[in-house]
Amino acid sequence: MFKNRKVNLLAMIALPFLLATGCVKEKKNETTTTPTTTKAATLSNDEIVIGAVFPMTGPIATYGQESVNGIKMALDKINKDGKLTKKIKLIVEDNKGEPVDSSNAVRKLINIDNVHAIIGSVASSNTLAGAPIAQENKVPMMTPASTNEKVTQTGSFISRTCFTDAFQGVVMAKFAKETLSKSNAIIIVDNSSDYSKGLAKVFSDNFTKMGGKILGAIDDYTYTQKDTDFRSLLRKVKRANPDVIFLPGYYTEVGLMLKQARQLGLNIPFLGGDGWDSPKLQELAGPEAIKGNYISSHFSPDDKDPTVQKFVKEYETNFKQKPGAMAALGYDGMLVMADALSRAGELSRENIAKAIIATANFTGITGNITIDSDRNAQKSAVVLETTAAGMVFKQKVNP
Amino acid sequence: MSENLTYFFYDLIQYLVNGITQGSIYALIALGYTMVYGIIKLINFAHGEFYMIGAFIGFYCITSGMPLWMAFPIAMAGSGLIAVLVERVVYRPIRYAGRIPALITALGTSLFFQYLGQGVLGADPKAYPTGFEDKTYMFGEVMITKTQIIIFLVTMILMVFLYWLVNHTKTGKAMRATSFDKNAAELMGINTNKIISFTFFVGASLAGAAGVLVGMYYNTAEPMMGLIPGLKAFIAAVLGGIGIIPGAVIGGLVLGVAENLVVGFWVSTYRDAIAFAILILILLIKPSGILGKNRKEKV
Repeated sequence: MFKNRKVNLLAMIALPFLLATGCVKEKKNETTTTPTTTKAATLSNDEIVIGAVFPMTGPIATYGQESVNGIKMALDKINKDGKLTKKIKLIVEDNKGEPVDSSNAVRKLINIDNVHAIIGSVASSNTLAGAPIAQENKVPMMTPASTNEKVTQTGSFISRTCFTDAFQGVVMAKFAKETLSKSNAIIIVDNSSDYSKGLAKVFSDNFTKMGGKILGAIDDYTYTQKDTDFRSLLRKVKRANPDVIFLPGYYTEVGLMLKQARQLGLNIPFLGGDGWDSPKLQELAGPEAIKGNYISSHFSPDDKDPTVQKFVKEYETNFKQKPGAMAALGYDGMLVMADALSRAGELSRENIAKAIIATANFTGITGNITIDSDRNAQKSAVVLETTAAGMVFKQKVNP
Repeated sequence: MSENLTYFFYDLIQYLVNGITQGSIYALIALGYTMVYGIIKLINFAHGEFYMIGAFIGFYCITSGMPLWMAFPIAMAGSGLIAVLVERVVYRPIRYAGRIPALITALGTSLFFQYLGQGVLGADPKAYPTGFEDKTYMFGEVMITKTQIIIFLVTMILMVFLYWLVNHTKTGKAMRATSFDKNAAELMGINTNKIISFTFFVGASLAGAAGVLVGMYYNTAEPMMGLIPGLKAFIAAVLGGIGIIPGAVIGGLVLGVAENLVVGFWVSTYRDAIAFAILILILLIKPSGILGKNRKEKV
């Protein structure tokens, strides 16, 4: 009895220590083994698994659907070409246009599907939510369309095949000042979007540098995604009497805002970025309100370049509609990815990431793509005029 | 200085007009919230979805060439019938399970309709047809559109109708009796199930009416459109005093006007923050809502 009790006591004292050391040991094992054995070993050898994170539903759904259309078209081409010895398997995850769903999707692709690399996403705030997870797990993530500066600053595994906001902001500030010769601008910002805030800042810096004036503080004229009533905001804008408005938003809200602005008699040009570039914009704004506004974008379907025209024709036969910028970007992104895979040698995630970053002078339909030391693509932009019939090519601007 | 002052007044009136229009829509949705809460003490979070369903029924009616005067009642009846169905299939079986399960079921129903809508109708926003020619009237520098006037008038007419229905008809008497004491009402020979179904029908058809009006006002409809207005209408109902019909309308109007004044005269970034701070303040001073009475506990 007595003895037993002593043993019990001993066990009780010893147990936590045993457990604690056990835990430490296990943790140690985990940190040393995971990067080399577990993860690398589970990558599939028979095929290349590429994860795609795009908004297939939600407020910017047409972007995700177009991007994935473009990616699938490129994939058909790649698998037919036979330049790669292995087949590419694409796994598409829907992030609904939401940051939280984006990070969940990235986590799922890495932990459950064991992807070689990830393509995605569109909205910068979504990509920014997923990128740190990819970086932490050392999985290459390449976005075909997110233009916010911060995206590639996440780390060495994150890259993009489009230009950045800095470039879009410069292009539009220059266009407003020099081509349209306007000097009093108001910036209306989508408060819930990193993309919008980034573009607004660059536009404001460059426009003032060129001698223009930004009216009001940046907090004065804002809205949030899913807003539908802009009448009071626009009334305030009209009262400030600007001669041009920079509105770096997404097409869902922009379409409604253009319509309401014209109803209020606010008849000055609105300028925007690639977030406007969707056929939905024409539908939402209506044929009257859409006229006489300009955007910067990645691609124009009426570019006379023969490779562009070939892509447009193929896309139209496949999907029965004109390709928007996102379709072209998705297409180019997938081709750059395949090009990197063919150069990567042994297909480890590190090698793939290095090969993507080494991309130089890749001829895509959205321009010549060279990825610079900051993992951003250096390429040209186009300025388009919005008309009732669609976006019309206005000018091409090189970096 | 005096020029600035006239500008100020024009702007103020314009923001009030915009706010009253937006508030009328909150009010229409809030009426349904208030009625359902009044009768079975259920906060029906799926109510915003009846508004979305109404908008879409209206959308498909108008785009298929139906005139507005036909599309409007069809949308109202359609969302009303769906609400009755939801009540029968979802809420009635758990009516005696307590308030928390009912609340959770309501949230689930709301999510069900949002994502069903995305799956069936597509997630992209649809461009909504107006159904009639919109006209703009100018009063000095104040601009009022025909749609704004219609929205306000429809809201007022429906509120008066509802007030009359509840307070001056036999059905209304039965509704009030059911609300006051369901068991006693049953003993008096009132078919309370029927009355509850009827309440859901009326509440949801008001939301459906709001859906069509909003579709025409903003020219857009999408499956998630019920989420934010639904929440704001709930707040409007609480603000006005939940369970009280004119309270819902007053709550909606106060919320809409507060939001538009903040956007117009202040920084729009803080629109919701400031608007809701005002609401909290009102509720601190009068916890039962603007028209709410300090209710005596039933013994």
